Amino acid sequence: MVKDIIYSIKSPYRQSMDIVGYTFGSGERSCCVVGALRGNEIQQMAICAQLVDTLKRLEESGCVISGKSVMIIPCANNYSMNIGKRFWTMDNTDINRMFPGYDQGETTQRIADGLFKAIRDYVHGIQMASFYRDGDFLPHIKMMDTDYGKIETYESLSDFGLPYGLLRTPHPYDTTTLNYNWQVWGCRAYSLFSTYTDHIGKKSTQTAVNATLRFLIAKGILKWTLHRGMHTRILNEESIRTVKTGCAGMQKKHVTIGDEVAEGDILCEIVHPLEGNTISLITSPVDGTVFFAHNKQLVMEHTDMFSIVPFSNV
Amino acid sequence: MIKPVSVAALPVAENFVIQKNRIENNAGPGTASKRVCVVTGTHGDELEGQYVCARLAKILSDGKHKLSGIVDIYPAVNPLGIDSVTRGFPMFDLDMNRIFPGSSSGSLAEVAAHDVIRDIDGADMCIDIHSSNIFLREVPQVRVSEQNESFLLQYAMMLNVDLVWIHASATVLEATLAHTLNMRGVKTLVVEMGVGMRITESYCSQLLDGILNLLRELGMWSGAGGQTRAPLVSKDHNVGFLNSDAGGIFIPRAVHGSHVNTGDSVGIVLDPLTGAIVEETLAPCSGLLFTLREYPVVFGGSLLARIMEDVKNG
Repeated sequence: MVKDIIYSIKSPYRQSMDIVGYTFGSGERSCCVVGALRGNEIQQMAICAQLVDTLKRLEESGCVISGKSVMIIPCANNYSMNIGKRFWTMDNTDINRMFPGYDQGETTQRIADGLFKAIRDYVHGIQMASFYRDGDFLPHIKMMDTDYGKIETYESLSDFGLPYGLLRTPHPYDTTTLNYNWQVWGCRAYSLFSTYTDHIGKKSTQTAVNATLRFLIAKGILKWTLHRGMHTRILNEESIRTVKTGCAGMQKKHVTIGDEVAEGDILCEIVHPLEGNTISLITSPVDGTVFFAHNKQLVMEHTDMFSIVPFSNV
Repeated sequence: MIKPVSVAALPVAENFVIQKNRIENNAGPGTASKRVCVVTGTHGDELEGQYVCARLAKILSDGKHKLSGIVDIYPAVNPLGIDSVTRGFPMFDLDMNRIFPGSSSGSLAEVAAHDVIRDIDGADMCIDIHSSNIFLREVPQVRVSEQNESFLLQYAMMLNVDLVWIHASATVLEATLAHTLNMRGVKTLVVEMGVGMRITESYCSQLLDGILNLLRELGMWSGAGGQTRAPLVSKDHNVGFLNSDAGGIFIPRAVHGSHVNTGDSVGIVLDPLTGAIVEETLAPCSGLLFTLREYPVVFGGSLLARIMEDVKNG
């Protein structure tokens, strides 16, 4: 294992923020895994930390294929992590909206630039991602459906052995993310979503670690024995049904992620916040699996409460 | 007449409401039957537009007999943000000015964006007022993307600003309010002026004169208005960016809005622990110092100033 500082930035009042990369093997830049870009992506950092620990032992056992290398960057935003803030400490900008970065630009543009220059040439890129919606997800792997994506890359979604592989049609705000810019640069880029963001789930951490190791094995970067995981159902993000609330109040949940529901089943109640009566029942529009569940107790009108993956594509 | 533009329930005994003030006179002295919208408060920390809206509403209401057509004033597209000194839409990760045109089936912020666009649709013109952020002070300026220059520049020249900056297009900006409206045929000018969380009365008065001048040029206003000036017009290659390379506290040495010459000191960055000057920023060209840092603490990369280079004759 080689430990490098791949980018460093100074603050007037704090010790320098060093972004550290851990490299296993040597030769071709085969795969890069990036963890936390935001200060609350604790689960994402923990997944990478466990990958570093695991790959260290695997490398010592000679499991990294000769001529291949993997770099893990557990955290690229130590400053925000250390003060419990999601976005950049000073100006609240999002590093994951600054790619490909600019070396003469603002601070987060420079961080994105320094990071991207160190990782853009890898054959494969995996970002441990979090989503802008508050909620818990079933673990899944996602890629942007761009002109740069290739059909064989879509099929590689199955190599992670996660239950779902999603294709996302990019929105304008996606064009400044790491995943999108990796693809523009020719890297085969994936975003791996684990269940949580700001706390560490033991099971979901292990699921993400295993999925990443499985991918490295499938791509001939790692030689090791690991069960194949689950069958991956690949679908467009648009085919997942979003269930919203038409009223506001307190959420009383009836289901959790992974539950199988039938059309009409009650997913949650919305309870009046001052008077305690149920004012709305949110039901499933389709037979399927609960893929996402909003995790805040108080909900506004129009909040995305659940996502349901239909059993049938029809 | 005060009208709701977007209404949604919040969890505890309150509605989210975006309002507009419609001032109209369809039997005015002119023949115009046009509609102009003045929009601000998309970012909750930008307050310069609040004063412009307040003054404009008062002038037009008191002088309604001099008005022909409709002026719709939207002081707060992000009312929760303004009310809580929050730049973004509270409890929503994305910048509100990156989610237009919104969606009727999206989250609260996306539905609100959709409602605003739906309400403005069909207007003849829109003026979208911003005020930088808390970090930078800007002279009154209109920003126009290159693709819209042909149909917007003539109107930008009427707004009594100091500068019109014609900038390159970027995919991420396709989700702004202004881009969305321009693509839908509503000629929309983006004004930047002043600094976040403050009101600069002289700049507001300057823009107010410009808005009245624009209304006069459109045949909608026969009342009095101040003198208007011809702005400088600049493209990206005429704009010099000065970013800090060191961290510390920035002390300006040049006056915002003044003309500087090549090599003039724009400011210094001090180490607060030792008092040492860690960086002195010199003007790379002669021109108008139209942006100057307001917030003293800087990191490497922090934007300190922007200069619009003098146009060379011959």
